[in-house]
Amino acid sequence: MALDQSFVGRTYPPTAPYEVGREKIREFAEAIGDTNPVYTDTEAAKALGHPEVIAPPTFVFAITFKAAGLVIDDPQLGLDYSRVVHGDQKFAYTRPVRAGDRLTVTSTIEGIKSLAGNDILDIRGEVHDEAGEHVVTAWIKLVARAAEEA
Amino acid sequence: MTAKIAFDDVEVGTELPAQSFPVTRATLVQYAGASGDFNPIHWNEKFAREVGLPDVIAHGMFTMAEAIRVVTDWIGDPGAVVEYGVRFTKPVVVPNDETGALIEVSAKVAAKLDDRRVRVDLTAMSAGQKVLGMSRAVVQLA
Repeated sequence: MALDQSFVGRTYPPTAPYEVGREKIREFAEAIGDTNPVYTDTEAAKALGHPEVIAPPTFVFAITFKAAGLVIDDPQLGLDYSRVVHGDQKFAYTRPVRAGDRLTVTSTIEGIKSLAGNDILDIRGEVHDEAGEHVVTAWIKLVARAAEEA
Repeated sequence: MTAKIAFDDVEVGTELPAQSFPVTRATLVQYAGASGDFNPIHWNEKFAREVGLPDVIAHGMFTMAEAIRVVTDWIGDPGAVVEYGVRFTKPVVVPNDETGALIEVSAKVAAKLDDRRVRVDLTAMSAGQKVLGMSRAVVQLA
């Protein structure tokens, strides 16, 4: 069944702060095999003008995806998550995420479309630091494939 | 932010050094732990086949993370990435053997923008198929 269009524009309350740990950044960088010292060595990060080690560009996805769970699990929206695949992902950065950041995410439903029986849901996550400054915006497109005929 | 590539040294069509990234089941288990995405389609082939996949597949976000390394290795400072977006077109199928799969990434400068920024278009292939579409990054150059 098509999702309710009236949910477009709905914004969910900001998440509790996620504190970015330097060892979590190291773990993520190791998992993607990226040895750039800016992820693990504070001096290397400072040499590039960063106050602390920074996170790889896609690191923040885990935080924004968890926040998108507010939308995905909204019983009123009624998305069948067992049929969902990740369609598109985009980030726009004001600055890189870095160790010590305490980040909150505010998720908004930007679009709902129905195409050939598939539900397509666009969610925008605005990520801010403890000072209220914008860090990054993440857009996720989820596609809930049409249920097979019974 | 300090990119090591200067805007003036780059032209539309400039190719970035291409790279290939191997991915095995062990890689996927490690990425699952680091990212917190424990969806069994990324480590359990019985489950993957039950939901209609040919085998275990890599996390789309893993592929996205590897692809941008071609850009961040080129510019030196990953903090100079201003925008990055992809479309997940085909899964990276990861067989349960020593070799696993290979993600092959190439990239070139597609446009020069204002404020010493460029748009880089990426191509990511695995097993002869394009696994990312509309894969683009905007980066701040020196």
